[in-house]
Amino acid sequence: MKLMLLAIWQYRHFILTSIRNDLRTRFARSRLGAIWMILQPLAQGAIYALVLARVLGSKLPGTTNRYAYVIYLLAGLAAWSLFAEVITRCLTIFVDNASLLKKMMFPRICLPLIVSGSCLLNNLFLLLATIGIFIVIGNEPGWMWLWLPVLIGITLVFALALGLILGVLNVFVRDVAQVMNVVMQLWFWLTPIVYVVNILPGTFATVLRLNPMYAITSSYQQVLLWGNPPHVKSLSVIFLASVVMLGLAMGLFRRASPDMVDVL
Amino acid sequence: MAVLKIHDLGKAFREYDMEWQRMLSWFGARQKPANEAWVLRHVSFQLFAGECVGIVGQNGAGKSTLLKLVTGTLRPSEGSVRASGRIAAILELGMGFNPDLTGRDNARYTAGLMGLSPQQIDSIMPAVEEFAEIGEYFDQPLRTYSSGMQMRVAFSVVTAIRPEILIIDEALSVGDAYFAHKSMARIRKFREQGTTLLFVSHDPGAIQSLCDRAILLERGRLLMDGTPNAVMDYYNALIAEKENASVEVRQLESGMAQTISGTREAVVESIGLFNGAGEPVEFVNVGERVELRVSARARGDIPRLVFGYMIKDRLGQPVFGTNTHHTRQALEQLKDGQTIEFRVSFPMNLGPGSYSVSTALCSTDTHLIDNYEWRDLALLFTVANQDRDFFIGTAWVPPLIEIRRGQ
Repeated sequence: MKLMLLAIWQYRHFILTSIRNDLRTRFARSRLGAIWMILQPLAQGAIYALVLARVLGSKLPGTTNRYAYVIYLLAGLAAWSLFAEVITRCLTIFVDNASLLKKMMFPRICLPLIVSGSCLLNNLFLLLATIGIFIVIGNEPGWMWLWLPVLIGITLVFALALGLILGVLNVFVRDVAQVMNVVMQLWFWLTPIVYVVNILPGTFATVLRLNPMYAITSSYQQVLLWGNPPHVKSLSVIFLASVVMLGLAMGLFRRASPDMVDVL
Repeated sequence: MAVLKIHDLGKAFREYDMEWQRMLSWFGARQKPANEAWVLRHVSFQLFAGECVGIVGQNGAGKSTLLKLVTGTLRPSEGSVRASGRIAAILELGMGFNPDLTGRDNARYTAGLMGLSPQQIDSIMPAVEEFAEIGEYFDQPLRTYSSGMQMRVAFSVVTAIRPEILIIDEALSVGDAYFAHKSMARIRKFREQGTTLLFVSHDPGAIQSLCDRAILLERGRLLMDGTPNAVMDYYNALIAEKENASVEVRQLESGMAQTISGTREAVVESIGLFNGAGEPVEFVNVGERVELRVSARARGDIPRLVFGYMIKDRLGQPVFGTNTHHTRQALEQLKDGQTIEFRVSFPMNLGPGSYSVSTALCSTDTHLIDNYEWRDLALLFTVANQDRDFFIGTAWVPPLIEIRRGQ
């Protein structure tokens, strides 16, 4: 453990440069370059807002704000996109870096850290765009928004733990990534992001509460839309469980790494 | 002092019927793999500071696996690798370069992967750019590069700081002759400064001119660990001996290892070097006319016999060689027991030094087809400069120097 932290410290600059390279290469061959970092999430938010708020005419129960649904939606999406991006990138993290892993000797722990950093940065841009929309539609920032870093942290730890376990398994059984593509879509619709939990029948809603992403997205929604504090109790449970899971993921990663390069 | 200790190293690639069996094995549960391929086993050797060791062997002998184990990208299944000091490795091309980044960014990235700090990276970058010599391309995206240019950048970065141990896998064969020479010069300089070198090459010239020692791998086992000369001779015999023939290594009085291989359907019975007066000689003057006499005997009916010989220098590099196929003097239809004498007359246009002669008896122009007998170090002789003006090198190319002085 101490050795690992030492290696991370020694490679800190490499990790930072890699995160920067990650961003740069993503837009390297597009004309608008870095502007896409803002445009992409903006467009995504705008599409959901337009299609779902206007066309479906959804309105949240118990509020008179005509933009309430847009805020609700964007809040949930901010949480989900971080979760989904970390999971999908961790899934293929070792497979994608196969040639590097085979040819160079470096602390393997750098890879998930680079992915985390790069996803966090992307999420930050999405959040900025979201806040921009909020200000345009008149949703004033509140003190409760200060909860956001905590929420982001919990989401990241949870996604990273799950993603790493799946990423290690995917090296040996490539079907994991395929299955997860489907599971993630299903998971998205099993989380109240686009719809409101009240519209579901009672039994269904109870089952839904077992979904950790429900607690996370609804905390985002509470904080951003209603100006309420998040569900501290369920979040703490998720956080503790995630930390334990992250420990397991590291253990699995350590045990599996001798075999990993062999099958890549 | 040993800088690299390899003890009973082995690597197995295991396949399981079900992948969960592999996963159980990580947690100590004994699982029987469906298939276990040992690509390397029971390999032990040591490298000492400043030594240069070449690894030779046929495809699939386990050379690259060995280098990867030493570098640390692969983990051993048994045994251990212990290294002291920084290891730099060039394993194949590419090194995980990103095609959309410039050469400069990729170089910085690779330097970061090697664990260098930003200050160190900043300080080596000018030298990297200068050594790679790819001009403006250095700031162009890597996808516009040729493989040779990528190689230049890769080599320049990896060797920007002198490592304690440098590992090279065939990398130098890629790229142009100019850069190959340049990188060889850098490697030689590292060696003088005490870097230990471990490299794989199919080029016997590189092994013989650079290495103090060579290691021969065959089907994952260490077959031979000795001087580059002896190992290359043995390896050469080995690739000719795919079937029904034997390889024999004899210790000569001088301590050198002589390799004889072949089916022995024809053998060399005696060999000697004679001067103009017909006396046997061991020391020859530069430019002196000599005759190489080889008598051979057929030990069975042979449809076609070609005699070949090769003069090698001290390092085992070929200086001159030809055979009777090329001189259109191949013999047909030899009977069992028949003897043949070959007399090869030539001026000794070689530089001072010691040389050896290898002989070959085979059916075509290459000993890889029907090798009756291949004999390395069949004869040793020394060339001395007794009456010529001083010169260096392995060839005697008498010059006529004309000098014209201007006003």
